[in-house]
Amino acid sequence: MNGNDTIAVERPPDVHQGWTRARIIGAALLTVWGALGIGLIAFLVNAWDPDIFTRYAPRYLSGFWVTVQLVGVSVILGAFLSVPVALGRMSGSRLIGGLAYAYVYFFRGTPLLAQTFLVYYGLGSFRPELQAVGLWGFFREAWYCAVFAFTLNTAAYQAEILRGAIESVGKGQWEAASALGLSRFQTFRKIIVPQALVVALRPYGNEIILMIKGSAIVAIITVYDLMGETRRAYARTFDFQTYIWAAIIYLGIVEVLRNAIDWIELRITKHLKR
Amino acid sequence: MERVWTLLSFGPEGWGDDIAKGVVLTVSLALATLPLGLAIGFFVALGKRSEDKTLRLAANIYTTIFRGLPELLTLFLVFYGAQIGLQRLVQLVSPGATVEINAFVAGMVALGTVFSSYASEVFLAAFRAIPNGQYEGGHAVGLTKGQTMRLIILPQLIRLALPGLSNLWLILLKDTALVSVIGLADILRQTGVAARVTKEAFLFFGIACLLYLVLAMLSSVVLGAIESWTKRHGVQR
Repeated sequence: MNGNDTIAVERPPDVHQGWTRARIIGAALLTVWGALGIGLIAFLVNAWDPDIFTRYAPRYLSGFWVTVQLVGVSVILGAFLSVPVALGRMSGSRLIGGLAYAYVYFFRGTPLLAQTFLVYYGLGSFRPELQAVGLWGFFREAWYCAVFAFTLNTAAYQAEILRGAIESVGKGQWEAASALGLSRFQTFRKIIVPQALVVALRPYGNEIILMIKGSAIVAIITVYDLMGETRRAYARTFDFQTYIWAAIIYLGIVEVLRNAIDWIELRITKHLKR
Repeated sequence: MERVWTLLSFGPEGWGDDIAKGVVLTVSLALATLPLGLAIGFFVALGKRSEDKTLRLAANIYTTIFRGLPELLTLFLVFYGAQIGLQRLVQLVSPGATVEINAFVAGMVALGTVFSSYASEVFLAAFRAIPNGQYEGGHAVGLTKGQTMRLIILPQLIRLALPGLSNLWLILLKDTALVSVIGLADILRQTGVAARVTKEAFLFFGIACLLYLVLAMLSSVVLGAIESWTKRHGVQR
């Protein structure tokens, strides 16, 4: 045997990819999706009515803005409120920890719809008291009630996200910072928070998406958000395309947000890629 | 205080019995949805981890759609959409006939679809946590693919997926509140009726919240017991 001979390498035979069962099922399901998609487009084209469009398109747009404002305001206010709650959850005091836990447990354990009803209808029971402190004007409006309920709700979820993210930063980081002579506040702001936010980004994004989807329930307490406008349009036209358009818009919002979060995550975790 | 107890009593003056019926409906709806959601979710997860591109795509379209739509909208799409669709179908056969969609079934289908699209992600993550050697081991001892799945993968899968599925169950329990909108007499609907009649809205919606909390706590106890049962052999990974 001399070294010039090329060594014959025995390779496994190429896997024969015929019409496997998975492929047949996949093709069948894709056909179903395709048929549904074409059916949907055909339905929308068929049901296309310029009158309905010119009448309801601006309303959908205004509904869309109401949804965005409602979620935006609640998520931002909730973010502020979540800080003390998260700190309470992490506090050594049993009383404060217990109170924060009860708050979080209540708002995560009950349906958002029930909480919204409790605020919107329930606080009406305290009308004289609220009038006495001058808050009745606030709680009379469905929109403010929705913002109030959503803020309390999202604060509970965000507090848990925040706590999880802060606790995910290793203890060594605190110790190293203290060894370098940083104060606790400096450590928190310059070392812990930047690392925690990377962890928290995805949960925060999911929370915003959940709020967008959850906010549809305000339609029930007569706030005309995207869902509310849809229900109104359906009640007037009995045209099912009203719901289809709403579905398309909601899907669009959620997909845009989801991709934006993916993009941001890719950017801020660049330094962690190996 | 006296009045509160009368209102909550089970007698003719009280609303206790009506609310209890609501609790039964909420629980039975959630329990009826669970197997449906789990089964669809499992098969969607299988599709997502298939080697075949078309099957993966078909499964991903499903989750993208039903995780992107608000639950309330899904419910309306199923409730009104199925009503209109079936109506047209029936009219083809016998003109003039009308169809009523059962709200319970519509709720079950809508909630089951949403549940399954989230459950598929949980199952997928659990599948990924099972090393390939388990399949190879099954193959090596001469088990068929189905046997490997049933006897080797599934028992581990349940253990791995249980925490995620427990979360989804708690979310499902809360989402059942939405069916009150399509007229099902669940907890929220019954307390809402009581609130309107008695003008004691805060009391009754507070009771509704407490009932959901109690259901969540009971579920946590049961789920915790199931979880420790699946870990009874002390297998750690």
